[in-house]
Amino acid sequence: MKTSPWLTKALSILSAPLVSLTLIGCNSDDQTIANDSLIYCSEGSPVSFNPQTVTSGTTIDAVANQVYNRLITFNKQDNSIVPALAKSWHLTRDGKMITFYLRKDVSFHQTDYFTPTRAFNADDVLFSFQRILDEEHPYHPVSGGRYPFFQNVGFTNLVDEVEKINDYTVRFKLNQANSSFLANLATDYAVILSAEYAEQLAHQNQKSDIDTLPVGTGPFKLKSYQAGSVLRYYKHPNYWRNEVAIKQLVFDITASDTGRLTKLLTNECDVIAYPIAAQKIQENPELALEQVTAFNIGYLGFNTQKPPFDNPIIRRAISHAINKEAIISAIYRDQAQVATSILPEGSWAHDDTLVALEYSPSKAKELLKEAGVEDGLSFDIWAMPVQRAYNPNALTMAKLIQADLSQIGVKVDIVSYEWATFLRRLNAGEHQSVLLGWSADHPDPDNFFTPLLSCKSLETGSNRAFWCDQEFDSLIQLALQTTNINQRRALYRQAQNIIQQEIPLLPIAHSKRFQARHKAVKGQLLSSFGGIDFSEVTKL
Amino acid sequence: MLIFTLRRLNLFFFTMFLLTLLSFSLSFLFPGDQLVNLTGALNASDSVRDSLAAIYQQDSNIVVQYFAYLSQIFSGNLGTAMTTKSDIFNEILRLLPATIELSLFAFFLATIVGIPIGFIAAINHKKPIDNAILAVAMVGYSIPVFWLGLLAILTFSIQLGWLPSGGQISLLYEIEPRTGFMFYDILVGSSDYKWDALQNAFAHIILPAAVIAIAPATIFIRLARTAMLTVLETSYIKATRAKGLSFNQIIFRHAVRNSLIKVIQHIGLQFANLVTLAMITEVIFNWPGIGRWLIESIYQRDYTSIQGGLLVLSSFIFVVHIITDYIYALLNPLARGAKYGSR
Repeated sequence: MKTSPWLTKALSILSAPLVSLTLIGCNSDDQTIANDSLIYCSEGSPVSFNPQTVTSGTTIDAVANQVYNRLITFNKQDNSIVPALAKSWHLTRDGKMITFYLRKDVSFHQTDYFTPTRAFNADDVLFSFQRILDEEHPYHPVSGGRYPFFQNVGFTNLVDEVEKINDYTVRFKLNQANSSFLANLATDYAVILSAEYAEQLAHQNQKSDIDTLPVGTGPFKLKSYQAGSVLRYYKHPNYWRNEVAIKQLVFDITASDTGRLTKLLTNECDVIAYPIAAQKIQENPELALEQVTAFNIGYLGFNTQKPPFDNPIIRRAISHAINKEAIISAIYRDQAQVATSILPEGSWAHDDTLVALEYSPSKAKELLKEAGVEDGLSFDIWAMPVQRAYNPNALTMAKLIQADLSQIGVKVDIVSYEWATFLRRLNAGEHQSVLLGWSADHPDPDNFFTPLLSCKSLETGSNRAFWCDQEFDSLIQLALQTTNINQRRALYRQAQNIIQQEIPLLPIAHSKRFQARHKAVKGQLLSSFGGIDFSEVTKL
Repeated sequence: MLIFTLRRLNLFFFTMFLLTLLSFSLSFLFPGDQLVNLTGALNASDSVRDSLAAIYQQDSNIVVQYFAYLSQIFSGNLGTAMTTKSDIFNEILRLLPATIELSLFAFFLATIVGIPIGFIAAINHKKPIDNAILAVAMVGYSIPVFWLGLLAILTFSIQLGWLPSGGQISLLYEIEPRTGFMFYDILVGSSDYKWDALQNAFAHIILPAAVIAIAPATIFIRLARTAMLTVLETSYIKATRAKGLSFNQIIFRHAVRNSLIKVIQHIGLQFANLVTLAMITEVIFNWPGIGRWLIESIYQRDYTSIQGGLLVLSSFIFVVHIITDYIYALLNPLARGAKYGSR
C-alpha cells in the first residue's frame, strides 16, 4: 500500500518528538541533579516534625537526625555517650547535678519561614527542655501538650531545675540520681529547638508551626512536605559537624513494600526502608543489603482490661498455642531470635534463665478448660498495617496465629486500619489484642520496661496492654534509683519473672533491622538505636 | 439546537439531583454519626459540633437538612477529610488535574493508534491481516487493566529498565504546582531544568497511559473497522472506483473522512469508560490522582472523602458526557433531534 505524502509527513511530525523524547529519556539519568540528590523510600509519613512529641519510629526516622541535634549522642560504633551540641559535661559525685558546656559555632537553619540572627546558645537548651518540664510554659500545650517519651521516663519528676549559668553553660539539677538520665538526653527525642524561632512564632500567633515547620541545627532543613507522598530536605550549608555531601534529600513515601522494591530495582530510589525479597537484592551486583542488630521486640499485646484477656489463664493458654518458631521462619526469614523476655539477649539485664513458654496446643486446651472457655472463644487481633523491623508483616503473622489458634478451637478475627487510624483506635483501647512492637531508643534496659508496661505509660499511651502492676512498677522504679549494675540486674530479673507469670504481652521475636541501597550510596545510615541518619552519606 | 440544549439541561438537573440525594443518604448509611460522616469533623469539640449542626440544620426535618447540604455543596464545602483534616474540595481540585492529564494522554494515544489500525483492518477485509488485528484486539480488550499494569511494570521497568515504574515525575525535580497539570506547570515554572523535567514527566506518563489506552484502543479498532466497511460498501465509493480514481485517492479523500464521522460519535462515550480505567491504573502506577485518593479513602474508611469524591467524580464524568454529546451535535445536525437513549 502506498501512503500519501501528507500522511507520512503528519506521522513523522507526530512521532519525531515522541521518539526523541523517549530515547533521551532513557539514557540520560539526569547526571547533574541525580548526583548530589538522594531519594530514600520510606514506609510512612511522619506525624510531626518535633521528636519530643512522638514515639512513632517513622517520624523519628524522618526527622530526628535530619533536622535536629541533641546535647549529647550515642557513638554509632560502641554505643557510648559522646558530645554533640554540648562539647563536654560534668557530673557531680552524688549524681544529682549535671553541667553541660555548649559549642559556640552552631548555627540554626535559614529557611523560607525563618532567618536566624544569632547562633545556638543556652537559651535554646533552656527553651527546649522548659517546654517539656514547665506546664505553665506558653509552648507546653502546643500540639496537645504530650511528650510521651519524657512522660514515660518520668522526666518532670526527675528534673528539679534547668539553669542557665552563662550563655554557653547549662546545669540540670535532679531530684534524685538516675542511672539512665544521660542516656535519655542522648536519645532521638531530646532535640534542641530554636528559642528565637519560637519567639518569632509567638509574635505572629502561629505557635503550632513550631512542630510542623521545624527549625533545628541538624544537617538538613525542611523545604517542603506533603503527607503521604513526599518530604523534601535541603542541606544545611553551615552544619557544624561536617560538610554535608548531599544537596537535596527526598523522602519518597511508599507504603507498599513491593512498591519500594520496584523503585529500588528501577533506580527510582537510592535507599529503601524495610526491604522484602532479600535474596533478589543480594543477587543484584549493584545493590547492597545491610542489617544491624537492633534492640527491639515484636509482641502480641493483650488488652488486659477487656475480656477475654482480663483473665491471665486465657493469656497463658493463647501463649502456649502460638508457634513462634514457625513465625520466625515465615515472617522474619530466620533473621530474628525467638523472644523469651521483652529484653533482647544483647542487653546486660536479660535473664538468661528464662525459658520461653513451650508451644503446646494440648496444654493450651487444658488451660482454656480451666478458664471455663474450652469452646467458643473468639477475639480480635489487630495487625499493624506498616512494616517495622520488629514486625515486617503483621498481617501474615496474624494469619499464622489465626491458623495456630483454630487448632485449639479459638476463632480469631483480624483487624487492620490505615496507620494513623490504627494508632488512634489503639489509644482508645478498642482492641482485644494487637501485634505490635518496640524499638529501643537507648541501650538502657529501662527503655523496654517503662514505656511498654509501667502504670505511667498507661496514661501516655505506649502501654498497649493497658496493664498496671504495682509490684512490677516499684521494681523498675527501684532499678532506676541505683547505679549499681548488679543490683539493677537483680531487680530487672524479678521484673522479667513477673512478666513471665502474668503475660500482659507475649514476646515473639527480636529482629534485625534491614535496609537496601544502591552501592553508589556510601556511608553509615543505620545504628542499633534510634532513627536513620543521612548526615554522613555521600553518593558517587 | 435550543431544544437540544434544554433537553440536556433537564437531564443534567435530574442526574445531579439523584447524585446529591445518593451522596446525602450515604452519610446515613455509613456507620457512625451522620453529622460526622457529613462533615468529617472527627473528635470535634462541643462548640464546633454545635455550629456544624446549625449549618446543616440538624434539628429541622430531613428535607430542610438536604437543602442545607445542597447549599454547602454549591458553596464548595464538601467537609474535611477524616484522616488528614484537609478540605476535601481543595484536595479534589489538587488531584483532579493529574487524572485528567493522564486520561487525555491515554485517550489521545488510543485514538491515534486505534483508528488507523481499524481502517487498515477494514481495507484488508477478510485477509489474514484483518483476522490478526481482530484477534489481537480481542485479547487486548479482555486483559484486565490491573494485571496488564503489573505486567508492564515487570517488563518495561524491572526487566528492561526503560521506563520508571510509578509516579508523575522524579521527585528530584521540584515543580511548583500551579494548575496541577504537570506538563503545563513545568513549562510555565521557572526552573533551570525545564527540558530534563519535561522528558522525565514524559517517561513517567507513557507506561500508565499505554496501559489505560489498550482497552479503548481495541474498541476504536472495531468501531473504525465497521465504519470503514460500511463506507466502502456505499455506492459513492463504487462510483469513485468506476471513475478510475486510484486506491489512495479513494481511501484518503473519500472513505476516511466519511467513516471518521461515524467513529467520532462513539469516541466521546469511551472517555468516561477510560476515566474509570485510569482510576484503577493510578493505584498500580502510584499516580497522584483522584482515583488513588478515592481508593485510599475507602481503605481508610474516610466516609466524608468517599462521599465527596464520588459526587465530584460522577459529576465530572457526566459533564464530560454532555460536552461530547454537544460536540457531536455540532458536527452532525442529524443527531440534534435524537432523544436521549433513543440511539
